[in-house]
Amino acid sequence: MSNVNTIIQEGLWKNNPALVQLLGLCPLLAVTSTVTNALGLGIATLLVLVGSNVTVSLVRNWVPKDIRIPVFVMIIAAFVTVVQLLMNAYTFGLYQSLGIFIPLIVTNCAIIGRAEAFASKNTASLSALDGVMMGLGFTAVLVVLGGARELIGQGTLFDGADLLLGDWAAILRLEIFQFDNQLLVAILPPGAFIGLGLLIALKNSYDAKQKAKQLQVAPEKAPRARVTSLS
Amino acid sequence: MMLTMASSPHNHSHKTVSRVMLTVIAACIPGLIAQVVFFGFGVIVQLTLALITVTAAEAAMLKMRNKPVLPVLKDGSAWLTGVLLALSIPPLAPWWIIVIGCAFAIILVKQLYGGLGYNLFNPAMAGYVLLLISFPVQMTAWSPVVSISANDMNLLETICLVLFEQTSSGLSLESARVTIDGITMATPLDSIKQAVAQGLTVNEAMQSPVFGEHSGLGWAWINGAFLLGGLVLLQQRIINWHIPVALLSVLGLASAIGYVFAPGQEAGTIIHLFSGATMLGAFFIATDPVSASTTNRGRLIFGASIGLLTYLIRAHGGYPDAMAFSVLIMNMAVPLIDHYTQPRVYGHGGQA
Repeated sequence: MSNVNTIIQEGLWKNNPALVQLLGLCPLLAVTSTVTNALGLGIATLLVLVGSNVTVSLVRNWVPKDIRIPVFVMIIAAFVTVVQLLMNAYTFGLYQSLGIFIPLIVTNCAIIGRAEAFASKNTASLSALDGVMMGLGFTAVLVVLGGARELIGQGTLFDGADLLLGDWAAILRLEIFQFDNQLLVAILPPGAFIGLGLLIALKNSYDAKQKAKQLQVAPEKAPRARVTSLS
Repeated sequence: MMLTMASSPHNHSHKTVSRVMLTVIAACIPGLIAQVVFFGFGVIVQLTLALITVTAAEAAMLKMRNKPVLPVLKDGSAWLTGVLLALSIPPLAPWWIIVIGCAFAIILVKQLYGGLGYNLFNPAMAGYVLLLISFPVQMTAWSPVVSISANDMNLLETICLVLFEQTSSGLSLESARVTIDGITMATPLDSIKQAVAQGLTVNEAMQSPVFGEHSGLGWAWINGAFLLGGLVLLQQRIINWHIPVALLSVLGLASAIGYVFAPGQEAGTIIHLFSGATMLGAFFIATDPVSASTTNRGRLIFGASIGLLTYLIRAHGGYPDAMAFSVLIMNMAVPLIDHYTQPRVYGHGGQA
């Protein structure tokens, strides 16, 4: 069971694809201008990640080592196409607003990274769990960053949520501030870089504090070397 | 007799950081006075706000980083950032513009990178670019020079306008920008850009009242005053000649070549050298000892590239002035430039 716990911790926090591995930064930086976009892309990535992880894990014993990367990419591309067609059918507004970044999930290194590093070496059920946790970790960062940028840039949250969740979600839109002048930089690409940098700094400083606390709890006793012989 | 053994350096120029910074601030004074003469008391109001903000931001960040607050504040580098930013923004911009710019410059660009000496980018210019891309409307709202402005505002009214975006007599920023002809004006560089985009020639654009005889009305004097301050810095050996000379000569050369090929669409050398932020940039901003190149050959390359980029963006880019963008772009190239322009150590390398 400790294996399962490790996978959960790794995906959500310790080895978070966005904050620690720094993979898949292109969509992360490009689409996080609103919470809705971030959530949409996060869920799409999550679905692809679970699908590709399970499939890669199932075929791992039949794929020759030399051509495994092309095979993995084909599998990922197939899943991305599925997700793209699904979004085109059911969340057309969001499909249009995410644009090129849905097909570009194929090139998200977080996905091929997990296929190579985890799914090709573990059983299908563990790989599925890893996909879910990595996907959730990625989505969480996307949503937090999207929320911060939307809040600072537009003063709203969940703007356009109806594009993702259906018409009822239009009521989710929160107008927190009313700006006369938007701080455009938060919505422009530089805002994404600065925001992500601050998030990583926040995580690192939290981890450093936790570590310092643990060290304080268990102060190591100075080891004593026995210099005289026992006999 | 006691002989003390001290390690090198044995001779010292006694230029402490704070003396350098304060001299640079002092050298800004002619330019500052010129700006007040031509654009009114708004400059002073912005300067006050900027100094308060940088001091508070620097002190707060130093406190958070567990560094000594007073000694670092006293080196004056934060104040210089505030002064440069206050001189760069439109004098009647609302108060939160300068506050956001200064806070960003000190907190994110300077202190998060490790404070003075560690910042990759010129803090004042990074703050300026943040403001320019975030609030394009406010940042391009330069009021006309006082002599052609329809409203003569005293100090109190200016403070009201900056703080509350309205004067006591009900003037808003938009109405304060109206000239005696009843229209609002762009800066000289901006008017040339707009006129050329509309198919006019530069000579026709220069019929506009924002221009004086050779260059922008008032702007030529402001640039002249910064040139004077810059020469003082050179004479005091606070800055080296390499960056300003390379910058100004390449900007002048490039604009002269442009003028020869397309005299109708290109502003001439005089306009380029004496408009916008040219002199302030060449002597005060590009010469920042932290973020500029540190080898002599590197300084020549650094300055020349800034001059060329400034000309290219002004003449062919999307923005009327480009000193801030050029400086930031070249700041990124500084490690590379320094790597390839290391001077030869005496006794090593060289010919034969």
